[in-house]
Amino acid sequence: MNLDHNAGGRARPEVIDAVAAWLRSDAANPSSVHAAGRRARDAVEDARDAVAALVGARPAEVVFTSGGTEANNLAIRGLAAPGTHVISTAIEHASVLRPLAAARASGCEVTLLDPARDGTITAAQVEAALRADTRLVSVGWANGEIGTVQPMAAIAGVVHARGRGTLLHSDAVQAAGTCAIDLRRGSADLLSLSGHKLGGLPGVGALIVRGDAAVAPQILGGAHERERRAGTENVPGIVSFGVAARLADREREAAQAHVRRLRERIVGILQTAAAPLVVHGAADGLSGTLSVAFPGLRADALVIALDLDGVAAATGPACAAGAAEPSHVLRAIGCDDDLARATLRLSFAADLPLDDAERAAHLVAACVLRARRTGGARVGHAA
Amino acid sequence: MRPEDVAARVREVAGDAGIEALARPAHLAAGARVVAAMSGGVDSAVAAALLRGAGCDVIGVSMRLGTAAARADGHTGCCSLDDFDDARRAAARLGIPHYVVDLRDVFQSRVIDAFTATYLAGRTPNPCTLCNRDVKFDALWDVAATMQAVAIGTGHYARIAGDAASGFALHAARDPAKDQSYFLFTLGQRELARTLFPAGALAKPVVRAIATALDLPVAQKPESQDICFVVGRSYAEVVEEQSAGTAARAGRIVDRDGGVLGTHAGIHRFTVGQRRGVGGGAGEPRYVTSIDAASGDVTVGTRADLAVAGFVVRDVRWTGRPHRGAAQVRLRHRHAPVACEVEPGEGGAHVRFPEPTGGVTPGQAAVWYDGDRVLGGGWIEERL
Repeated sequence: MNLDHNAGGRARPEVIDAVAAWLRSDAANPSSVHAAGRRARDAVEDARDAVAALVGARPAEVVFTSGGTEANNLAIRGLAAPGTHVISTAIEHASVLRPLAAARASGCEVTLLDPARDGTITAAQVEAALRADTRLVSVGWANGEIGTVQPMAAIAGVVHARGRGTLLHSDAVQAAGTCAIDLRRGSADLLSLSGHKLGGLPGVGALIVRGDAAVAPQILGGAHERERRAGTENVPGIVSFGVAARLADREREAAQAHVRRLRERIVGILQTAAAPLVVHGAADGLSGTLSVAFPGLRADALVIALDLDGVAAATGPACAAGAAEPSHVLRAIGCDDDLARATLRLSFAADLPLDDAERAAHLVAACVLRARRTGGARVGHAA
Repeated sequence: MRPEDVAARVREVAGDAGIEALARPAHLAAGARVVAAMSGGVDSAVAAALLRGAGCDVIGVSMRLGTAAARADGHTGCCSLDDFDDARRAAARLGIPHYVVDLRDVFQSRVIDAFTATYLAGRTPNPCTLCNRDVKFDALWDVAATMQAVAIGTGHYARIAGDAASGFALHAARDPAKDQSYFLFTLGQRELARTLFPAGALAKPVVRAIATALDLPVAQKPESQDICFVVGRSYAEVVEEQSAGTAARAGRIVDRDGGVLGTHAGIHRFTVGQRRGVGGGAGEPRYVTSIDAASGDVTVGTRADLAVAGFVVRDVRWTGRPHRGAAQVRLRHRHAPVACEVEPGEGGAHVRFPEPTGGVTPGQAAVWYDGDRVLGGGWIEERL
């Protein structure tokens, strides 16, 4: 039972069929002049249309990348030049924060905004941080750990009130396919997307670059992607991305209704059977991201025990060792180390049947009760 | 690998000792879930293999306890990415799941902080025993119990005998050169009932031979010799880093009559019984005989001044019933046990030697044996 969907879901059957058909075809390098090359070009452009349509962009604004991480790197490194000012938040993904740290080290000034306890960044905060030399504002559309969705329209309003000198980037890797995103409304100038989070293959993503935003390419080579990202296109990945984007666009509302039901059931079961608990994030956040702390317990032990019970769950982002790192997001919203360590992330999508979700929630509750029993048993035992 | 294949290889390589190492204690059912603590070293990998061969449902768990420190020879102490990879590969080879749990908070507060505080109090800490008591057999137990495991297995060289009806006993390892029972005296009946030391039945070369026979990638990995968070540094450097230099207690070096012989940069650089760093020159060798944390005085004397009639022990734990009377006591790891009389009192004990004996270092563990059986132990407080 996958309650770790934010780390990546399964490829949809339609996606697998499309990719398999492409791999079996004679399609070739999309840059080739011959017929097989043209067929590959068609496949890429068809996917570009679908990805653009998902977020209300023009196809020409889609730059395919190797994933969300590269898209974020391209946006930040491609704009945060030395001597400029950049505004972002303390709860961004590492693929935003690390490039920002590198930019800072090379002479770019970076302001990181702290969120409210529920993870929200307000437009007023952004407005207060804007300066005449602010080149870029980067605010994640929805947070992958706690699910908080940011008021992007309002943030875009204050950023764009400054004129054309300041660009707004949003990491929408977790939001796309779940939140309604329509860039025609001007809600961002740059947008990062990931293929596998939508049900495509891993290894493909995109940066949407609106209008004439001058993003310096980070991978240099051939003239691919309108000279914004060199390298032969990952055609199977891009095909999968296109199919997944089309499905996500079509099914978004029905899927969200189901995911909301899943969340209500899971939260209901946990509150009945495993209280006390603390739910992080805002009430109107991503339904499919449930960040829940069981004070006094170690969530990494719960994740292991749940895995042995057949439930995939997570804590924060994984570190290289395979252990959980204390989450910078939970720290930023004011959790102390103990509460951060006690926090489990359950994330799910429409492909999770309701009865599986209920079974998983009962298994989580059983695990929590077991952990509380043993945790209680050690009081007075150590030292 | 299937459990029966593991068992067959172990029997081939280790013969009767292998059969003993593969024996599942009577109180564990076939298929009982056991957490194998895997450091990435050869002993714990072979212990996991033995548990698998014994028919347990083995779950490999590596504890993340600290930040890897580089060792002078290019290897690292435990908890490096390589160690976790080694453990993961060994687990994959054995066909068992493997996880990493982050217990850095417990390790810091219970082991490293205690190590620092003990040195700053003029005593000599014993972090491995604390790690066993509070991390491996306590915090890790909580994790294991959450995983519905009924026991923890480790690569320690020690043996557990007995059963729930007659009581469990902790014994020294069959290989005296590798015996680690000294570090395990805090395990009481409750812990012994849920702990397995399958490697304790084997000699180290046999453990390596099993690892080779099972094609475990850690078969030729070098031993870890030092305290894992000290590796490559001096104890004093670790204490200074941990206390951020604020607490170093400098003071005088004095003789037993109070005559000042010199000064020193911090009491944490000294251990009772230590010869280095206290001068002495041409005359009789000088040893540290006591450390006064309050004044900062380090007192030195002759070898004879180190001999004591007995000492006081605090925080005594017994593996079984409390013991009174004759026993042998081990005063540090690899120390040859010496005869003594044990007199338990409230929360502690008095230990007396038949004749004055050296090697009594405040802060260290004193562990009582009856032959190769561990009776219990405690922490050396002061000389009698």
